[in-house]
Amino acid sequence: MTPSEQLPILLVITPLLFTLAVSIAGWFNRKICYPITIITLSASLYISVALLLQVVKNGEIHYHLGGWQPPFGIEYVVDHLNALVLVVISFVALVSAVYSKESVKQELPDKIPQFYTLYLMLVTGLLGMTVTGDAFNLYVLIEISAITTYALIAIGKDRALISSFNYVIMGTMGACFYLLGVGHLYIMTGSLNMMDLYKILPPLYSSHAIFVSFILILVGLWAKMAFFPLHEWLPNAYTYAPSAASCLIAPLMTKVSIYVMIRIMFSIFSPAFVFEAFTAHNIIIWMAAAAIAGGSILALAQTDFKKILTYMIVAEVGYMVGGVWLANRLGITGAVLHILNDALMTLCLFLAAGIIVYKTKGHKLENLRGLYRKMPVTMGAFTVGALSMIGVPPTAGFFSKWYLISGAIDAGHWGFMAALIFSSLVNAVLFFRMIEVGYFEPFRDNQEEHDHNTALSPKIDEAPLSMLAPLVIVSISLIVVGIYTGDIVDSIIRFTVPAGI
Amino acid sequence: MQPMEIVLAKYNYWIYVLLMMIGLYAMLSKNNLVKKIIGMSVFQAAIMVFYVSIGAKQGATIPIIEDDPITGHIHEAAAQTINAMHYVNPLPHVLMLTAIVVSVSTLGVALAIIIGIHKQYGTIEEDEILEQIR
Repeated sequence: MTPSEQLPILLVITPLLFTLAVSIAGWFNRKICYPITIITLSASLYISVALLLQVVKNGEIHYHLGGWQPPFGIEYVVDHLNALVLVVISFVALVSAVYSKESVKQELPDKIPQFYTLYLMLVTGLLGMTVTGDAFNLYVLIEISAITTYALIAIGKDRALISSFNYVIMGTMGACFYLLGVGHLYIMTGSLNMMDLYKILPPLYSSHAIFVSFILILVGLWAKMAFFPLHEWLPNAYTYAPSAASCLIAPLMTKVSIYVMIRIMFSIFSPAFVFEAFTAHNIIIWMAAAAIAGGSILALAQTDFKKILTYMIVAEVGYMVGGVWLANRLGITGAVLHILNDALMTLCLFLAAGIIVYKTKGHKLENLRGLYRKMPVTMGAFTVGALSMIGVPPTAGFFSKWYLISGAIDAGHWGFMAALIFSSLVNAVLFFRMIEVGYFEPFRDNQEEHDHNTALSPKIDEAPLSMLAPLVIVSISLIVVGIYTGDIVDSIIRFTVPAGI
Repeated sequence: MQPMEIVLAKYNYWIYVLLMMIGLYAMLSKNNLVKKIIGMSVFQAAIMVFYVSIGAKQGATIPIIEDDPITGHIHEAAAQTINAMHYVNPLPHVLMLTAIVVSVSTLGVALAIIIGIHKQYGTIEEDEILEQIR
């Protein structure tokens, strides 16, 4: 076998091995942890782009671990959908790793090796979740990424520990429900391989056990992705995590969970079951509409800009879940495109928020005062992210929202469409409030009470280049992805919509 | 089928459901964080019981083919092992080995977080912590 045939396993093994390398290297010299991480993640990005190109050229890749034939061995499958998600994961991971250098040095000076070990382990888990074609292997990888996330959040300050504890409880419950659902599938079919399950299941679609297993898996994944009534853990956990960790976790965890939901719906089950035999899809779209409205309204009540962003994530999860369940070509295209766009714009906003926290030491709205004068580049990039979140063309956010709204009209689901428009308006209100505070209110040092310390506290100006460059790259990529939306949909996302829709 | 028969014929499922509900109750309603974690462990153990019980079979043997030490041929009793009817399905048990590893590491992280909480707030009662936060 040539190395290019081994790419699917190299993708997961490389960060896993370098996780060990980073933790060992950390004992001797903590300065080399950062370069090792950057090199590893560049390799991951290279491999996932190579995989995407292979898939676009030759179609699906099936890789059998250890040469064992499925359904007995574990299989890794790369198709158009997860090749795209793999590129998103490794791009976001690399960008926020570059960015993390100064921020980790400031926030976690004595935990640098531990941070990068957990960071690479989380990336391993996310890449594995995306690439695997085995239902139980998926459970293990979900838990690998979840456990590292708990730890990454817990090393934050303030209320990080208690938020992380709530996340442990919710996350474990979600994973256990998933495992239970897979158990029901195993009893009924005797198989754990996704392709194999897809072939065995159709005659069993009317069975109660299969029905229950599907609900258990869905509820488990919803707890993981913070779908509206189960979202309680997310805002605090993402707000109090260290900035560098939340730049990785916030764009990726929910998006990869949504990818997993799409994978379960169309690769284990099929549209025939999900949209016909399972008659609840209308209820789920209403739940998604409630998620969008609920997330937006809760965001309005916050005075902490990082927390506003986290409630927006709750609303965005509703966009994607609803889009998939609309059961038409436009809705699913919109949802998959939104995985890409939302990962990029959440990353952009959290990178900017991280820089503001780095400079002003706080994440309240008052901390934004007068920042447009003091750090124009950061706030400019923040504005691009904000416009994309609102959905202003030509930024990427506009196009996925366009697909979602067209899908809602196509399905005749006016409630979901109204929720999408309502959320865009609320996003506009929220971001204009932030921009107003940043642009019109005069700058005031938030540490006035510690006047004698002013000499020691850092001056508020532009952040170092290693933080600024990733932010600028991401904000430019938002516009570039927006302009090339047509090409991305034609060459990749078109193939992710299951046949028969 | 009589209600009693339904319970007795599938008693392994009833046990796992009962354990799971005990765990869920503790996770959601206990005030003490360590008790929540105990509930979480019970919850995970219930799912392991469920998996192990679906592989079990009365009067079945292990799935290993053994040579007869004297004749060198496959032993008659062991030859039956080739037939899937006669051995216990090992796969769910093996899956649960992995799940045990996962649950132990979750437990470890959760306990470490509780130690951190105790250092920060001086208590592990949820209501007292919430009072301090407000």
